[in-house]
Amino acid sequence: MFEVVAFYLFAFLTIAMFSVTVITKNALYALSSLAAGMIFISAFFFLLDAEFLGAVQIVVYTGAVMALYAFGMMFFDSINDVKEHVANPRLTFMLTGIVALIVVFIFIAPVIGANATAHYPVHPEYGNIQDVGLVLFTKYLVPFEVAAVMLLVAMIGGIILAGKKMDISVTQMSEHDLDNHKTDTEIAKDLK
Amino acid sequence: MIGITLNDYLILSTILFMIGFYGTIRRKNLLMLFFSTEIMLNAVNIGLAAISKFHGDLTGQMFAFFIIAIAASEVAVGLGLLILWFKRHNTIDLDSLQSMKG
Repeated sequence: MFEVVAFYLFAFLTIAMFSVTVITKNALYALSSLAAGMIFISAFFFLLDAEFLGAVQIVVYTGAVMALYAFGMMFFDSINDVKEHVANPRLTFMLTGIVALIVVFIFIAPVIGANATAHYPVHPEYGNIQDVGLVLFTKYLVPFEVAAVMLLVAMIGGIILAGKKMDISVTQMSEHDLDNHKTDTEIAKDLK
Repeated sequence: MIGITLNDYLILSTILFMIGFYGTIRRKNLLMLFFSTEIMLNAVNIGLAAISKFHGDLTGQMFAFFIIAIAASEVAVGLGLLILWFKRHNTIDLDSLQSMKG
């Protein structure tokens, strides 16, 4: 009973939050509702006995990814409303509907692997975290290490891409330097 | 009262995925486009975790972990590119990426 109530409550909350993210014109509202939706999604992981995944969801998504977006949004003009020119709003509805129909057909299709057996069965006596650790560090050790390398590459890539010209601080420059300093946009305009 | 079955979770996963998909094809702001892709990735994670629980197999959870790792690195690189684009062109509108005009 508790599970049913929790499922429907969090399903409603997640759908509402993500709808706000998709529909709103304000970038800050979108970010906040996305963070809230991420936390509500972790509730499903706790309901599904995947406690470790739920904790990772909160730490990685609302802790790391949302903080990264928040810092990234300091570079953009996020106070103003997002101006969007949608050429054909009806077409987007139609395309979404068609894809939804295709997914429904995929779900009602007969499943060949209905009597498939579990390769890595869950051990209830271990608990989820120990169980995950056992599988992750035996069968999925190589993907785990590759993911670690990928995160390192992404970190270096992010620093190199976003860190260009970070040594010039506009707030610490004197008035004279500021007048002579050209931004990238102005240089681009001059080249045109 | 009947309990929650695998189908309920898969239906929820599909609804969330469709919200993300609708955002992906409707949004013209690149930052909003990123948010929509995050929604889609999360929707898939719910489906994987649900199948993992109802089949008693841990593989679904493993895939969800790797999807989270990929999403995190995607954000790091993507946001770096976005900041670079905004510094050059002062806009993150998707139409500004169009350099060839027919």
